[in-house]
Amino acid sequence: MAHIDQSKIRNFCIIAHIDHGKSTLADRIIEKTGLLTSREMQAQVLDNMDLERERGITIKAQAVRTVYRAEDGEEYIFNLIDTPGHVDFNYEVSRSLAACDGAILVVDAAQGIEAQTLANVYLALDHDLDVLPVINKIDLPSAQPEQVVEEIEDVIGIEAQDAPRISAKNGINIEEVLEQIVKKIPAPQGDPDAPLRALIFDSVYDSYRGVIVFCRIKEGTVSKGTPIRMMATGAEEEVVEVGYFGAGQLIPCEELSAGMVGYITASIKNVRDTRVGDTITRTDHPASQPLPGYKKVNPMVYCGLYPADGSKYGDLRDALEKLQLNDAALQYEPETSVALGFGFRCGFLGLLHLEIIQERLEREYNLDLVTTAPGVIYHIYKTDGTMLELTNPSNMPDPSEIEHMEEPMVSAEIMVTTEFIGPIMELCQQRRGIYNGMEYMETTRAILRYDLPLNEIIYDFFDALKSRSRGYASFDYEMKGYAKSELVKLDILVNKEEVDALSFIVYAGNAYERGRKMCEKLKEEIPRQLFEIPIQAAIGSKIIARETVKAMRKDVLAKCYGGDITRKRKLLEKQKEGKKRMRMVGNVEIPQKAFMSVLKLDDE
Amino acid sequence: MEGKSGDLELYIHIPFCVRKCGYCDFLSFPSDASAREQYARGLTEEIKAVSALMAGREREVSSIYLGGGTPSVMEPQYLESIMKALGEGFTVQEGAEISMECNPGTVTGKSLAAFRNLGINRLSFGLQSADDSELRCLSRIHTFDQFLENFWEARKAGFSNINVDLMSGLPNQTLQGYERTLQAVVRLEPEHISAYSLILEEGTPFYQTYQSAEAAASLPDEDTERQLYWTGREFLEKEGYVCYEISNFAKPGKECRHNVGYWTGREYIGLGLGASSLLDGYRFRNTVHMEEYLTNAPDPQAIRSVEETVTLGRAMEEFAFLGLRMSEGLDETVFQRRFGRPFENIYGQTAQRLVTLGLLRREGTKLRLTHRGIDVSNLVMAEFLLESDIP
Repeated sequence: MAHIDQSKIRNFCIIAHIDHGKSTLADRIIEKTGLLTSREMQAQVLDNMDLERERGITIKAQAVRTVYRAEDGEEYIFNLIDTPGHVDFNYEVSRSLAACDGAILVVDAAQGIEAQTLANVYLALDHDLDVLPVINKIDLPSAQPEQVVEEIEDVIGIEAQDAPRISAKNGINIEEVLEQIVKKIPAPQGDPDAPLRALIFDSVYDSYRGVIVFCRIKEGTVSKGTPIRMMATGAEEEVVEVGYFGAGQLIPCEELSAGMVGYITASIKNVRDTRVGDTITRTDHPASQPLPGYKKVNPMVYCGLYPADGSKYGDLRDALEKLQLNDAALQYEPETSVALGFGFRCGFLGLLHLEIIQERLEREYNLDLVTTAPGVIYHIYKTDGTMLELTNPSNMPDPSEIEHMEEPMVSAEIMVTTEFIGPIMELCQQRRGIYNGMEYMETTRAILRYDLPLNEIIYDFFDALKSRSRGYASFDYEMKGYAKSELVKLDILVNKEEVDALSFIVYAGNAYERGRKMCEKLKEEIPRQLFEIPIQAAIGSKIIARETVKAMRKDVLAKCYGGDITRKRKLLEKQKEGKKRMRMVGNVEIPQKAFMSVLKLDDE
Repeated sequence: MEGKSGDLELYIHIPFCVRKCGYCDFLSFPSDASAREQYARGLTEEIKAVSALMAGREREVSSIYLGGGTPSVMEPQYLESIMKALGEGFTVQEGAEISMECNPGTVTGKSLAAFRNLGINRLSFGLQSADDSELRCLSRIHTFDQFLENFWEARKAGFSNINVDLMSGLPNQTLQGYERTLQAVVRLEPEHISAYSLILEEGTPFYQTYQSAEAAASLPDEDTERQLYWTGREFLEKEGYVCYEISNFAKPGKECRHNVGYWTGREYIGLGLGASSLLDGYRFRNTVHMEEYLTNAPDPQAIRSVEETVTLGRAMEEFAFLGLRMSEGLDETVFQRRFGRPFENIYGQTAQRLVTLGLLRREGTKLRLTHRGIDVSNLVMAEFLLESDIP
C-alpha cells in the first residue's frame, strides 16, 4: 500500500509565554496556508469554544492540518498541535510536544524571555524537538528584537539570528515563518509497516461517536476496522473511523500511517480509557514496548463545590459527569457539609484547572456555585502506623492520633528583573520558601529558585508575585514530593457554631495570623443581623482570634400610606431576595461569597 | 378598626406647593393660578367620570383625604368645585372624616374658614420642627411663629381635629432640640401628631447632599436616631397620646380613620395626578404627566395603569406587613374571617420564629411588633412574604 510521503509532513507546535502571541500566530498560519479564506477566518480559531458548539461536536481544536505550497513548488502538510499554556497542564504539554518533531518558539519583542518561555523550551528540548525561534510584536514601539535575539542565544543557547521578525497581529512576515517551518523543522520518521504505535495526546468525548482520540502515529498504520488496544489502560476496540483535523471539523481519510497526526474513533465510551500519553497498538499484531513517558495524572488541588441552590444538586452531578467525559483529570465524589448541604469534593490539576471547571459549570451549565477553600493533599501519618491522604479538612483526625504530617512541595523558578529581587525573596520567605540559588541571565534579569509548599502558592501567589514586581516577574514550577511539616486545622465558629465549610489546614506558624485575617474578612462579608454575631477562629478547643458583627440597629420605614404600598412591597421583596443568596448556619445567614473568603486573605 | 365592607375612601392629590423641600419625594411642584384652575377642572372631570363608573355599586365614602403637595395653595373656589363634584358623585357618609393637608404660611383665617365651610373637618399641618434653624435646613417656607398663628386661626375657624407633622433624625438635631419641639407642640394640644424619622429618598436633593461622608456626619447615627424615636414616643405617650402606628400618635378616638384604612386593606380610590388606588383586587395608579392627565381626565381608564394584582397570597402579605405597622397588630381571627384560612397554616412557623427572636409579641389572638421589632420592622415584614402564591 502506498503510504503518504513523510518528507512532505511537518508536525510542530507553538510554544510561548502567555500573551506573547501564540494563538494569533496559529491563526495567521492557518489563514496563510489557505485552508480558510480570510472571510471564514474567525479570530483565534484554535481557542474558539463557541465554534465547537456550533458544529455540534466537541473538538478542543488541539490540532489542525493545513496544506502549504512552499517556494520550492511542493505542497507540505502542516500539523499544528496546540499545547495548553499553563503549568497545571504540564503533563499534557509534554505529551503534545512528544507528538511533534519541532516547535516554534514565540517570544515577545518587547518583553523578552519569561519563565514560561523557558520552562516550555526546556520541555521541548527534552523531547529532542528542533526549536525555531520567532520574534513577535515587532511593531510595538517598545520592541527590541535584536536584544531579544541575543537573549535567546545567551539564555537558551539556540541560534536565533535568522529568527523571523514578525507581527502576528498585523500579518507581517508570516511567509518567512512558513518557509522556515519547511526548511528547519525535520520531517517525521518511523516505519509505516512496523507494529502500530500511536501516541495519544488528547481525547474528547462526542455523544454520537464516543471518544475521539487525538494521536500521532509513530510507527505502523491504522485504518477502519483495525483492532486496537490502549497499552496502559488495556481497553480494546475496533477502529470505526480515522481522519485528520480541518479547522474546527474532522475530515475522515483512508488511513493514518507513521508520521501522521490525526484522530481515531472506536466506540469508546469513556475518556478514562484513552489516557493522554498512552500508546495505541494493534491487538492482533502488538508492539512489544509502549512509547515512553506515560503517567497517570492525579489531582493536586481539592475543594468542595456546592450548588448555591440546594435543589440543583442533581444538576451539578450531571454537569460534573459530562465534564469528566472530556477531562480525565477531573475527579469528584459526593460530600456533605453541615453549612452547605450536599455537594462534591473535587480534585483538580491546579488552581487554573479548578477555575476553568468552575467557570464552565457556571457558564455552560448555568449553575450558581459555592466553592470552599482549595487545599492540597496532605499525608497524615497516624500513630497506628497507617497513612491517610487528606483532601478534606473535615476528615482530619484528632491530633492525638497523628504522629506527623507531610505536605506537597514544588520547586519553583521565578524570573525577575534585578530591582525586584528583594521583594520577591521576601515574598518567598513569607510563603515558607527554601532558597535554592539564583542565576543571572543577563545584567538586569535573574532566575530565583525556591522550594515552596504547594499550599502556599495555590491561592494567590501568582497575584502577589505580579503586584510585588509591577507585573514583571514570571513563574513556573514542578512538583517535588512531600516534606514533613507542622500543620493544624483551623476552624471557624460563627455564633459559636463551627462552620465546617470554612475549616482549612494551615501551617502552624501562620495559624494565628490566618485566623485573625479570616475573622476580619468574615466580619466584612457577613451583613449585620438581628443579633450580635461572634466570629471566632479556633485550633481544637482553643480560640485564637475573634471579631464581632454588631446587631442590626435600625431598618424601619417611617411612612407607608396609600401611594407607598407597592413600593414598600418591592423593598421587602428585595430584602427577601437578598436573603436567598445566604446560607443559614444555625441562626446566622452567611453570604455565599464568604465561603471563598480564605482566598482573599492577602488582598491588602 | 376594620372598615365596614363596602366603605370606600377617597384620596385627592393636589400636586402643587410653594416651593419643593429638599427631602420631599412626593409628586409636587410650584404652580401658577392658571395651572391651578386647569387642574381643578381636570380633577372635577375625573371625579365625575369615576363616580359614574362607580354608580350603582352603593359604595359609601367613609373618608376623604386631600393631600399633596400642599392642597392649601389651591384657591378656596377651586377646592369648592372639587368638593362639590365629590358630593354630587359619591355618597359621603354622615360624619365622614374629611382631612386636608396644609402648610404654615399658605393659609389665613379667611381661607381656613372657607375650608371649614366646605365640610373639611380635619387639618394636617406640615410643621416638621419648632426650631427655625431646622426649618431653614429643611427649606421650609415658614417659621414656627407663623405656624402658631395659623394653628390658632384654624382653631378659631372651628377645626377641632388637627394633626401636626414632625420630623426626627434631622441634621445636627439633638435629643434636647427634639424634646423642645415636642414640648412646644404638645402645649397646643393638637388631637394628632405624626412624628416621622427623616428618610433620605433617592432622587431628592437631600439624598445627593448626604451622600458625602462630611454631610452625612451631621446626621444622627443609628443609635441616636433610635433614641430620638423612642424618647419622642415615650414623651408623647406620657402626654396622653396613643401611639397607634409606628409614626402616628393620637388622643384616644382621634386616630386618622383614613390612614387606618390603608393599613387594614380598605379599598380606596385616588383622584388626581399620580394618585394610587386599591379597588377590586388591583392596585393602580394615575399618570404622573400633567398634560396627559388633563387631556384624559374625563376617561379614567386612559390615565390609569395597574401596578399590581392583589392575589390571595399578596392580600395576606399586605395584611401582615401593613397590619404590623399598627400597634393593634395582626389579629388571627380577622385573618381567618377575611381569607377563610387559619393564620396558623400560612404564617404559624414564621410568627413563632419571630416571637422566639423577640421581634413579635403574641397576646391572645394578636401579634404585635416588640420595640426591637419596630426598629428592624422591615426585616420582620419581609419574613411575611410568601414563597409562592396561595392557590
